[in-house]
Amino acid sequence: MSSLTSPDSVPIDPAHPVRSYPRFIWWGLGEATNGSLLFYTWMFVLTAIALVGANAWAVQVSEGMIVTNMTDHVSWGLYIANFTFMVGVAAGGVMMVIPAYLYHDKKMHDVVIIGEILAISAIVMCLLFVVVDLGRPERFWHLIPGIGRFNWPMSMLTWDVIVLNGYLLLNLHICGYLLYMRFLNRQPNPKWYVPFVMISIFWAISIHTITAFLYCGLGGRPFWNTALLAPRFLASAFVAGPAFILILFSILKNVVGQRLEDAPARLLINIIRVTIVVNLLMVVSEVFTEFYTGGSHTASAHYLFLGLHGHYALVPWIWTAMIFNIVAAGLFLSPLVLKRERVLVFACILAFIGAWIEKGMGLIVPGFIPSTLHEIVEYTPSLVEWKVSAGIWAFGLMVLTVLLKMAISVYRQSPAPATESTR
Amino acid sequence: MSNEPANSDGPTNSSGKQTPDSDQNLLPILGQPTSRRTALKAAGAALGLAAFGKAVSPLMVIPENVSVDEFLQRHYKELTDEDKQKIFTRMEKETKESYGAEVSISDPQPIPGVRYGYAISLSKCNGNGKCMEACHEENNHHRGVDQSYIRILEMPKGTMDMEQGNTTYDHTVPQDDKFYMPVQCQQCDNPPCVTVCPVEATWKEDDGIVVVDYNWCIGCRYCEAACPYHARRFNWEQPEIPAEEVNPDQGYLSNRIRPQGTMEKCHFCLHRTREGRLPACLEACPTGARVFGDLNDPESPINYVLQNKRVFVLKEELGTQPSFFYFFD
Repeated sequence: MSSLTSPDSVPIDPAHPVRSYPRFIWWGLGEATNGSLLFYTWMFVLTAIALVGANAWAVQVSEGMIVTNMTDHVSWGLYIANFTFMVGVAAGGVMMVIPAYLYHDKKMHDVVIIGEILAISAIVMCLLFVVVDLGRPERFWHLIPGIGRFNWPMSMLTWDVIVLNGYLLLNLHICGYLLYMRFLNRQPNPKWYVPFVMISIFWAISIHTITAFLYCGLGGRPFWNTALLAPRFLASAFVAGPAFILILFSILKNVVGQRLEDAPARLLINIIRVTIVVNLLMVVSEVFTEFYTGGSHTASAHYLFLGLHGHYALVPWIWTAMIFNIVAAGLFLSPLVLKRERVLVFACILAFIGAWIEKGMGLIVPGFIPSTLHEIVEYTPSLVEWKVSAGIWAFGLMVLTVLLKMAISVYRQSPAPATESTR
Repeated sequence: MSNEPANSDGPTNSSGKQTPDSDQNLLPILGQPTSRRTALKAAGAALGLAAFGKAVSPLMVIPENVSVDEFLQRHYKELTDEDKQKIFTRMEKETKESYGAEVSISDPQPIPGVRYGYAISLSKCNGNGKCMEACHEENNHHRGVDQSYIRILEMPKGTMDMEQGNTTYDHTVPQDDKFYMPVQCQQCDNPPCVTVCPVEATWKEDDGIVVVDYNWCIGCRYCEAACPYHARRFNWEQPEIPAEEVNPDQGYLSNRIRPQGTMEKCHFCLHRTREGRLPACLEACPTGARVFGDLNDPESPINYVLQNKRVFVLKEELGTQPSFFYFFD
């Protein structure tokens, strides 16, 4: 046991190499919990936020969801908004896989690992956001096929459970296998990962499509009942995912000196350049059909963009998102993002926040306002909801940090000649 | 194969040791030999776990509020008569403990060959709200909120656009330029709420009533999002009802006091109607606007309305096929 926990013993003692996969994971966790003062401070702060969130959730479970500001009129709020957005980040994270494997772009392979690590953390957050939204979390076992009663294939929510968990397993397998082989300095066997990579590409699209179907399949909610919802989800996902990866690499470069090569960075930027414009185009199309036609179908869009009957709670949110998206689009289309990293990171942050608002407060909440009987009940998240959400974000970032540290440790232990990391 | 890791040890060692070295400069205690570091990690993990335990300690109410029997209780459709008897006895006991009220929980079954329908005369309804009050009392709703399965829309004459309607009026009724439209569960033939439920906690019974197993629902509120008639309600907290106000005549699938965190809805008062009585909202209506009956019985008042009045359903275009009708006299 003692030899396992000591990371230094691995390279020093060749008589006791870490061979088995569980031991490799254990070793990786040991590596991931070593770091500088900055690292410990970062993890300490995240732990503190996560604990505040855990406490808020426990209070919510014991006192009832009355502690949230959700009502029978607006029955999904900040949790489901964040869930929807994180599904997008998870799907977007894997978009690096397409150039890497479909177009055999070797330089993308390192980015793929990062994208998949991001996807894993995002899916963990998604699952947590769903769990905290349950009124009776202790009955989650009713959702387990075989033990409970799984309303498949009728309920879109059961589809979502399947695709999200499947996606998590797929990414854990691909990531773990590639890193393990790298660690052993062995050439990965394509049979063990290429088929899974191909599946994960379609799966990434499926998680977001099915999450969109959750909403657009509801005939009683005209704001969501549009065929454009799934494509819009995908477009904004392919903005948010790559944007987060670019921000991540900027941080990694400054903190641990891990650089992203120019070609993959350029490709990520190009992905965003296209999808951010496509996303804006689809927003314009929807806004046009809503407002040009008019009638009661427009009520939610009217409430969102202009306010309705003296209610304006979401108007500042959506215009912030619109401005962020438009400015980000302008920056991404200019050559500045390629030349100046600060501009790039700024544009990425704008695009990321823009997508978060658009998919969250800008999509989930207005679906409920006005209600199906056209009553207007507004919604502002309660402090408990903010705490729980912040806690899940903090936990997700902890997962991300630990996985990234494991991956970077592997790369440093076994630098392959072609993709040697700069240190 | 064993050579290869050894080969890579060279550069690894030097780079691998850099991290502890740089740590030493920042925080000497972290650069100590491995045992020290391991001990620190263990201490950190223990501290973290303790803090986590403290943070989630409010969850300790779950074992108090949820008995093992309730936690493991199967879906309604999987219960034998014997199981049901045990469960009902347990629930009666729990109601006595929590609310101080003696209640009896029954489980009336659909009457073979009967399909219920409900109709409302928009000419007669004057928006007095007696049906809402009766529903509130009959169904043991939380007294802290103004809850009912029925909402009454006050609409300006000349439109069916609900956007023109108002549910929160508090002036005298009826107003001359208004008409009144109560909306409650439409007991659809193609209910979107049943389709979307991920755990089959809600379903349509043979007599056309859509019910919820309050002890199977996980509280995801997807059905509430799916319902086009705002007919579903969520128990945001444990209902509070004074013992003397608890309606003791309770059905497992209808008006027993619902657990916190689960969905509920109008069930056409099945604990009454399946025993030949009328829904509470109908009995309370002073204008006689409400008509209830068996759609399969040609002699029933509901069939008279369907055959002789100008009848329509709400949001027909959504394909939900309601068993709830509106008509003009």
